[in-house]
Amino acid sequence: MEKRRAKVSKRKGYYASKIKRATHMLFYRRHAKPGVKGWELRKALGADYPKVLNILDNYLKALDLQIKMVFEEEKTVEKPTPEQLDKARFYITLRGELTPKEAKMIGWRIDDLAGLAITIAYIISKKGKAPRKEVEELLRDKLPGWKVDINIDRYIRYGYLTKDENEQLYLDWRTRAEIDQKALIDLLLGTEAKV
Amino acid sequence: MQSKRERIRNGKEKLQRIIEMCKSVEEHSLDPFLIDVNEVINVIKEYFPDWEVPEDLCLDAETVHRLASVIKLQSEWVKHRSTSLYTDPFLLEEKLARIGKEEIIEVFFKAWHPIVELEQISLHSIAEAMKYWENLLPLKERWKEFPTAEFETGTATRDELVKQKILRDKAFSEELENFWQEMKTKVKEKGDDGKIPYWDFVGAETYEETVHRAFMASFLITYGYATLEVYPLEEEIFIKPYDKPTTKIGKKQLVSIPIAVTTDNWMKWKRGELK
Repeated sequence: MEKRRAKVSKRKGYYASKIKRATHMLFYRRHAKPGVKGWELRKALGADYPKVLNILDNYLKALDLQIKMVFEEEKTVEKPTPEQLDKARFYITLRGELTPKEAKMIGWRIDDLAGLAITIAYIISKKGKAPRKEVEELLRDKLPGWKVDINIDRYIRYGYLTKDENEQLYLDWRTRAEIDQKALIDLLLGTEAKV
Repeated sequence: MQSKRERIRNGKEKLQRIIEMCKSVEEHSLDPFLIDVNEVINVIKEYFPDWEVPEDLCLDAETVHRLASVIKLQSEWVKHRSTSLYTDPFLLEEKLARIGKEEIIEVFFKAWHPIVELEQISLHSIAEAMKYWENLLPLKERWKEFPTAEFETGTATRDELVKQKILRDKAFSEELENFWQEMKTKVKEKGDDGKIPYWDFVGAETYEETVHRAFMASFLITYGYATLEVYPLEEEIFIKPYDKPTTKIGKKQLVSIPIAVTTDNWMKWKRGELK
């Protein structure tokens, strides 16, 4: 009995230190982009790092945070292989929803966020790629012209969008990490205009 | 009955048109189903036995390559339509135009889970940084390790500088003056109303020469030896030499007119499609 208790306590200690290490790695930015690659976590926490992340994710639930895993191929994988996990990027994101007041606190104006939402929704509807000119026209409908260009550049700088040499816009890493694309489209289509 | 030469020319034109069409579908995100793949394959098949020289076979291969890209786009299109993420862009555009900013924000907040990240220095990293600073040698000592290389100095002749392309064999001003005279002569011979279409003047046998002539023409215009007349509706640009150089700096608002001297435009000019 005594032996078993000692074993359990040893195992708890083992995971507690790994959870601390994982928290440091995931919360503090280590590279130019936030997030940590699977192979980095494996190197620091050992082969059972998915289990460590699972325990940490449960802890974070109470704080309305979650561990988000983004796969390289942009699609969610039900049962990822160790190779796919190694290449995936892990982030800590908000689990629930922000209120408009909170969005102001994190440095976004309502206009800029609405522009971002429209841009992302439009690019999704265009199979993930849309000419910058078309997006500009769409935004100009509700935003002042001088702001449209600045905003699109800002979305690109933050990593929500990326562009190619033909001025085509695509969704970038931050959109994949932060936005539930299917929910956004479903909710937009289900919204009725308030008269 | 069509002669063989004519048939080859027709075939080449058709393939070039197909390549252009495929390119515009790829570059401008047009509907890939605008291209009738079967029809294109029939055209490729029809003219394939006529190709003899390597250039024609290359054109044939490029057409097949471009068509393959379009087929790939078609397959992606079908795949996307079958996913749950598919939305009719027109329906969505319509929706976005009708709903207000506040409603969009409300919806967006339900789908947005921003990343949490902290940027903070720790005691440990301060200690590490201080240790590093203590061990860092002063710049004076570090730079000692890289003695400056010694160079022998000497004199170079004008011919050597021309050979190394540092100097041109003609002075630039002299070259510019000759170019101006050439422009005036060309306008007299081929021009109308003291001006000549821009491309007819700068266009040359090779693309490199055309770029060089466009570069020289831009200097003549900037220095007041000539001017440009642009007719945007007709898409025509004329270049007009002055009899004497004029200076406009300070008198009039100067504007820059970008003219793309691309290989595509040069080819169009060669084919007589550009003025």
